[in-house]
Amino acid sequence: MKKALSLLLAGSMVLSLAACGGSKDTTTTTDSSSASSDAAGSDTFKIGGTGPITGGAAIYGNAVKNGIQIAVDEINAAGGINGYQIDYNFQDDEHDAEKAVNAYNNLKDWGMQVLIGTTTSAPCIAVVEKTHEDNMFQITPSGTAVECVQYDNAYRMCFSDPTQGTESAKYIGENGMAQKVAVIYDSSDVYSTGIYEAFAEEAANQPFEIVSVEAFTADNKTDFSVQVQKSKDAGADLLFMPFYYTEASLVLAECNKQGYEPTFFGCDGMDGILGVENFDTALAEGLTFLAPFVAKSEDEQVQSFVSKYEEAYGETPNQFAADAYDCVYVVKAAIEAAGATPDMSVSDLCDAMKAAMADVSYSGITGKDITWGEDGEPNKAPLVVKVVDGEYTEL
Amino acid sequence: MIGFISYLVNGISLGSVYALIALGYTMVYGIAKMLNFAHGDVIMIGAYVVFTTVSGMGLPPVLGVLISVVACTVLGVLIERIAYKPLRKASKLAVLITAIGVSYFLQNVALLIYGANTKSFTSVVTVPALKLMDGQLVLSGETIVTVLACLIIMAGLMLFMKYSKSGRAMLAVSEDSGAAQLMGVNVNATIALTFAIGSALAAIAGVLMCSSYPALTPYTGAMPGIKAFVAAVFGGIGSIPGAFIGGILLGIIEILSKAYISSQLADAIVFAVLIVVLLVKPTGLLGKQIQEKV
Repeated sequence: MKKALSLLLAGSMVLSLAACGGSKDTTTTTDSSSASSDAAGSDTFKIGGTGPITGGAAIYGNAVKNGIQIAVDEINAAGGINGYQIDYNFQDDEHDAEKAVNAYNNLKDWGMQVLIGTTTSAPCIAVVEKTHEDNMFQITPSGTAVECVQYDNAYRMCFSDPTQGTESAKYIGENGMAQKVAVIYDSSDVYSTGIYEAFAEEAANQPFEIVSVEAFTADNKTDFSVQVQKSKDAGADLLFMPFYYTEASLVLAECNKQGYEPTFFGCDGMDGILGVENFDTALAEGLTFLAPFVAKSEDEQVQSFVSKYEEAYGETPNQFAADAYDCVYVVKAAIEAAGATPDMSVSDLCDAMKAAMADVSYSGITGKDITWGEDGEPNKAPLVVKVVDGEYTEL
Repeated sequence: MIGFISYLVNGISLGSVYALIALGYTMVYGIAKMLNFAHGDVIMIGAYVVFTTVSGMGLPPVLGVLISVVACTVLGVLIERIAYKPLRKASKLAVLITAIGVSYFLQNVALLIYGANTKSFTSVVTVPALKLMDGQLVLSGETIVTVLACLIIMAGLMLFMKYSKSGRAMLAVSEDSGAAQLMGVNVNATIALTFAIGSALAAIAGVLMCSSYPALTPYTGAMPGIKAFVAAVFGGIGSIPGAFIGGILLGIIEILSKAYISSQLADAIVFAVLIVVLLVKPTGLLGKQIQEKV
């Protein structure tokens, strides 16, 4: 009897799980249906994507997955690339290097010709070794670490970590935002460390002084009382926070608790802080950061993307979704410039696209007239975003 | 000097959260002799229940906390019944692995229901902050309530174990469950009760932790859970006052090493201290020396 009861309970849990999962995952079903209908011939471009859609970084992977989906649907509806439809498949990598390589191998088995990914830096560094080996064209929407695009087959849509650090330091210096700057960064994270190091280097040329540098690690990011207090004791009038908004919401709350009111300056990881459910946006008032994309922008392309995204997924897209959306169009531009067709081998397609990338100039939702150098880095101007009255405002 | 005292206060604030979680760990370990690694995740569920009822449905905080305590109690008993009880006679290792499985299960359930987005938790504590020395030293309302809650729960548990019938049944089961059964103690009911109490404590710990540190994600409970386990071992696992002292000390050591040595090495220092303590006193600060009879 008791065994039957426990089975029943376990069964009901599984069912409730399935129910929860089912409502969210409508995109997967459309993927598979389009995959099955097109799998017959090699008359489609097969574009793969990877990123974390479960686990702690799931918010980024899901954004990328959805952003690509919207662009793919648009392009397919408008007649495809060079007249060929796009086939799209997205795999979960759980923000883990090993699983990302597995996801890449799965996509290769599926017949992927171009990779849009990975979403996060650490897995990207592992996967780029594989795409380099296979000579597959890769463009990462949001892998910011330098090594993500260290080979000539890899390109990037977002700013690299060092660029963000350097640009932030320049902006603070040129606008005279502060005399004394305190930095808190995540020493266990390549993204945060990369930005901090470039920031510190550029700060030497700028008219402000870094008076306090404190770190935290992935395993110790609940309590920020010490880091905030040290910044406060050092008399810093600007707090530079090169990390993601989850930790930032804790740091801002701690500053408020200690009555410390410096100017807050962040990086693109701050994008999303106002979307934290139940967050007291007054805490983030005045927070300034450099970002490639602002959903509130009045740009026509941006508004069209934002409204489509909101309709399909019920939330405002973040920059990850925007970067991913642009990636698909960059791939389209490169394929069109190269005049490539889906029956080319992966390696031939990559060579043709690489040659074409030198001349591609793309205007999208994360920047206008973007060009790519041989190093795979985009040349574009960052937007400056400031939180005013609880809204992101473009400066 | 004022800096040092202020760090000390921060340490007590963090430590009191560890202590509260450690009480639940030590309770279950002391009686059922198993490490319930899912404890940290029950804390997270407790916090989500309060988030849903108070911030989402607009219920008064006291009611939200009560609902959370009831929900976590039911959850704890269910986990015990479904995942641990069938393994009562299996090896310790099997139960440990199951506990880790339950931990992942709870995290993923929360991920499915609430998504990976961070939620900002509104503090349920309305006690005003205590400002000392012209406002240079701030003792937040959350810290005061957490320390008081720790002390009350600790005293309550000790009295319960010593004087109530079920409490003494727990002690009997912890000493020798076979003999306890022969003496007429219902071992299964006693262990279920242990889990019920442990999980109710987890709900309270979750609420107070998220009131102090307001970012709530499905992984919120994982790391503090492990730290609290360390605190319980530090104080002597199985000992109720040990969990309290271990938690507070762990918090103070962590904050002071962040402040005076290195903010990156804090965890390494905490664990180094743990190793030294265990070398000198293998059962922890207040652990009982149990002699194995041959």
